[in-house]
Amino acid sequence: MKLLPCGDRALLAEVADARERRRLDATLRRHPLPGSVELVPGALTVLVVAAAPQDLPGLATALRELVLDPDEAPDESDDLVVEVRYDGPDLQDVATSVDISPDEVVERHTSQVWTVEFAGFAPGFGYLTGSEGGLEVPRRDSPRTRIPAGSVGLAGPYSGIYPRPSPGGWQLIGRSDARLWDADRDPPALLTPGRRVHFVEVGR
Amino acid sequence: MTALVVEAVGPLALVEDLGRPGHASIGVTGSGAADRRALRLANRLLGNPEGAPALEVLLGGLAVRAEGTVRVCVTGAPAPLQVDDRAAPLDAPFDLPDGRRLRMGMPRTGLRTYLAVRGGLAVPLVLGSASTDPTMGVGPAPLAPGRRLAVRASDRGGAAPVDVDVAAPTAPPVTDVVVRVVVGPRDDWLAPAAVPTLLSRPWTVSADTDRVGVRLTGPRLDRLAVSGRSDSAPPELPSEAVVRGAVQVPHSGQPLVFLADHPTTGGYPVIAVVVDDDTDVLAQLRPGERVRFRRVPRGW
Repeated sequence: MKLLPCGDRALLAEVADARERRRLDATLRRHPLPGSVELVPGALTVLVVAAAPQDLPGLATALRELVLDPDEAPDESDDLVVEVRYDGPDLQDVATSVDISPDEVVERHTSQVWTVEFAGFAPGFGYLTGSEGGLEVPRRDSPRTRIPAGSVGLAGPYSGIYPRPSPGGWQLIGRSDARLWDADRDPPALLTPGRRVHFVEVGR
Repeated sequence: MTALVVEAVGPLALVEDLGRPGHASIGVTGSGAADRRALRLANRLLGNPEGAPALEVLLGGLAVRAEGTVRVCVTGAPAPLQVDDRAAPLDAPFDLPDGRRLRMGMPRTGLRTYLAVRGGLAVPLVLGSASTDPTMGVGPAPLAPGRRLAVRASDRGGAAPVDVDVAAPTAPPVTDVVVRVVVGPRDDWLAPAAVPTLLSRPWTVSADTDRVGVRLTGPRLDRLAVSGRSDSAPPELPSEAVVRGAVQVPHSGQPLVFLADHPTTGGYPVIAVVVDDDTDVLAQLRPGERVRFRRVPRGW
């Protein structure tokens, strides 16, 4: 693990791959470090936010001495099923770019288990990676100015669902009625880091 | 119940408190007052808890009418205040009697003026905070004429009102402000000259400044050249968390310093991070004003 400075209130802990980052995040959530008030995962990093600047030296020492918990079998009882109508405007472009048919795009999207790696972009937006390597596609050359809520997209190694209408550059393959964000629900986001997702086709 | 009724708003007026920390892992940013010092001062002068919800007014233009007598205090960017046709003080609590109208003009310096009320504004909380993040649509809607803002009864929490007439001035510095930075986490993604350039040159606040961040113009900060691959696309940084104060360098080479409504993750290298307290100073700088960065050690 490499520790990087991030101002006077946080440290950025960087590891070699996504699997180790998940272990680091899980370990820190199970055994919160004294003086840490928030953890924010990224692709290969976990941001550890300190309560106050004077907590940073202790947090740095604790992170250097941290022993990661062993990998655990995922808790499948919390898996989320998301129904998707695969009628997205970019389904054909995605199929062309991966050199398979649209049917095979749907098959690949629904046959993997996806895991929320980290959040960003908007409240409730999660970046998901697939257990079989996902569907690696580029972003669109020109982003759309307005994407409807519930749109299911692909970009790079990730899949995601837009929680609210917004601009965006992801390739859209379908849409879902799942309520990804509800400020009055606890937790308000459906896609919390670490959660596993199964996409199910409900039409084209 | 006492209340303030909004009669006019300028470019933007929002309800803010000290924000909603702790939810970045689901994509919700900290938000809260862009200049927390000013919000805290106004609340202290009224005997409120420091984070009681108040109004953040961008470039004046606000008019509110009192329903019932409301004790108010205005801090931050020094804007002329009038209660009906009489001048009212900054940085000092005063009563706005029932039916009277408080008007806030354009501040002489700075961007954001804070109007707090004794007891705090009674606003529904989202994830524990009354703050508005207008970019993401979290929290109460931006103020519009006709909005009625209920005022909490003052006997709930907080110390007795502070017995002073005038507080230490909070007028924001005009220009050539110096803010402290800790270098990193991704200074090694930039050319060796980038950090010395960041620390030695003045940077000008661009017109593109808001609660998300302050965009700066100055010499270009270049990415680290990848040897032997000058014609290929530069590698992209895997997405990682960003914080308030992060100085991000996009492909344009012109830095952007994130403020209260910053995104929770980003994919451009962060060359340095402004010390948290100093981000409040940045939030008051106007386009065309200048800022310098002074390096401080990382503290661990």
